[in-house]
Amino acid sequence: MAWLDTIVQGILLGGLYALFATGLSLIFGVMRLVNLAHGDFSILAAFIAVVAVQVLDLNPLLALILVVPVMAVLGYGLQRLVLNRLLGRGILPAVLVTFGLSIVIQNGLLETFSADSRRLNPGGIETASLPLGGGLAVGWFPLLTFGVAVLLLVGLQLLIGRTALGRAFRAASDDGGTAALMGIDNGRLYGLAMALSLAIVAVAGIFLGIRTTFTFSSGPDRLLFAFEAVIIGGLGSLWGTLVGGVILGVAQTTGARLSPGWGVLAGHLVFLAVLLLRPAGLFSKPRRLDS
Amino acid sequence: MTVIVERTTPASRAGAVVAVLLIAALIALPWTRDAGLMRVIVEFIALLTLAQMWNLLAGYAGLVSIGQQAYVGLGGYALMVLADDLGVNPFLAVPLAGLVATAFALPTAALVFRFSGGYFAVGTWAVAEVYRLLIANTGALGRGTGRTLKAVFPLARETRELATYALALALGVTTIVAIYLYLRSRLGLGLMAVRDSEPASQSLGVDVFRTKLAVYLIAAFGTGTTGALIYLNLLRISPDAAFSINWTAYTIFIVVIGGLGTLEGPIVGTVVFFLLRELLADYGSWYMILLGTLAVVAMMRYPQGLWGLVVDRWDLRFFPVQRLVRGVGNVSVRER
Repeated sequence: MAWLDTIVQGILLGGLYALFATGLSLIFGVMRLVNLAHGDFSILAAFIAVVAVQVLDLNPLLALILVVPVMAVLGYGLQRLVLNRLLGRGILPAVLVTFGLSIVIQNGLLETFSADSRRLNPGGIETASLPLGGGLAVGWFPLLTFGVAVLLLVGLQLLIGRTALGRAFRAASDDGGTAALMGIDNGRLYGLAMALSLAIVAVAGIFLGIRTTFTFSSGPDRLLFAFEAVIIGGLGSLWGTLVGGVILGVAQTTGARLSPGWGVLAGHLVFLAVLLLRPAGLFSKPRRLDS
Repeated sequence: MTVIVERTTPASRAGAVVAVLLIAALIALPWTRDAGLMRVIVEFIALLTLAQMWNLLAGYAGLVSIGQQAYVGLGGYALMVLADDLGVNPFLAVPLAGLVATAFALPTAALVFRFSGGYFAVGTWAVAEVYRLLIANTGALGRGTGRTLKAVFPLARETRELATYALALALGVTTIVAIYLYLRSRLGLGLMAVRDSEPASQSLGVDVFRTKLAVYLIAAFGTGTTGALIYLNLLRISPDAAFSINWTAYTIFIVVIGGLGTLEGPIVGTVVFFLLRELLADYGSWYMILLGTLAVVAMMRYPQGLWGLVVDRWDLRFFPVQRLVRGVGNVSVRER
């Protein structure tokens, strides 16, 4: 029974990882851009929520209403002013600039908020649990996180499959040059993709902050987990990202059960195993693993 | 028409003289008994070598790795194991630690070379994290608290510092000379061809995969040896410090600001790094914020870096790796 509990926890943790991974997967699909500051943006969102909670006395879940648009606007601005200039120059500029941004954000957060670890407190839901019978119980909040992840993925699927914007994303993803010839404003499109990515990662950051403590340096680990979830699931597949997150989550909880220091390592090892045995991921569409 | 191919320029000849004088000065330094300055120079050479290695990887071979801290850590821990556990002379253990790091680089390359581009970068980082976590979970290596280098305790402090300084000087000079000779050689020409265009060089018979793998292993050796030197200097190692992403952050910023893809660039970049550190010593994280911002701006507007600007403006080269063709009619055509 304890093992079943571990696996259920892992699956629900996967929901959180899927939230982190979706934004990364989206911008890679549309722009072939790897945003190394992705995790740090989620932590930035969490800190903005901390400020919103302190200043406006909001419940952190309500603070989402404020933080998500702020991050979306930030993402749009970042893409149009900084990152758009780097596309088409190979991977080096984009990797280095986003890496530089990551360091700047982390140190900026350190200067502004000190090294104290923080937590967002939504007033009880994070510890409430739902008994499932047979001695097994799941937390309401992990369940909510998983549910939100699924909802967002469904929403994204609908956006990409059924709207004009989604068609534009798919066109740019298939062939950016021709998309521009068809009248798509690539600059604006990429801005919207980054805005969407940061909006989703803001949700991820706030949910993380409710679930566990975080500090200025919590970002890079989130990026790694997001990256691993995307690779395990396979590039180009939205639902694969969820499965990848779940596999990573289960690996981590199982590893932690065996020995507390082994949780994260178990996740890394599963990731490397997938990389060795099936480099394209479990659900990938036929596509090369490059940028 | 006979053609004359020249390798040196007036600037490089002048630069060679300056370099010899500088090395002589550095060799003479211990006589001043300024231990503090000697430590700073050891640190300078360590960062410079790390930067040269990353420059080889990213600026010449096109391999953007953000996981080189793996080899800093592996080199440092190899030093501890070799010197303390296996009784090897600690100073001899430094280059041996580099070899250990290279041994780990082989399976690492087998994994990460499956990626390319931005995913290669994150993959190298993931592997570095795996090494960190493995070591942090190993009792014999001190777990999370780390270890202290005990093998140097019998030595007098002055002797140890002098020997570390000499080792650092040897490492610094050897690295620069080795890279310079490599780039001037046929292999180096192949590497620069790969830097400029992989498909074209492949079509001309350059084995791109082998070249990249060779550079990756060389960089691992250089980085591992430097890691061992760093922890020989610091005497105390822990997983979080040894495998910290900051090693990569510093080297990336140094190379980007100094000039990617040139030998002089990392030297300029390391000087700027140390100057900024002295200036902003009292301001904590603002130092990293400024460094990061400078690197971002450099990458966006001045990708050739500070040294690249100098080359563009005055065409100075202290380490000439190019070949100048001078025809009889004094027509000269240069390649980069």
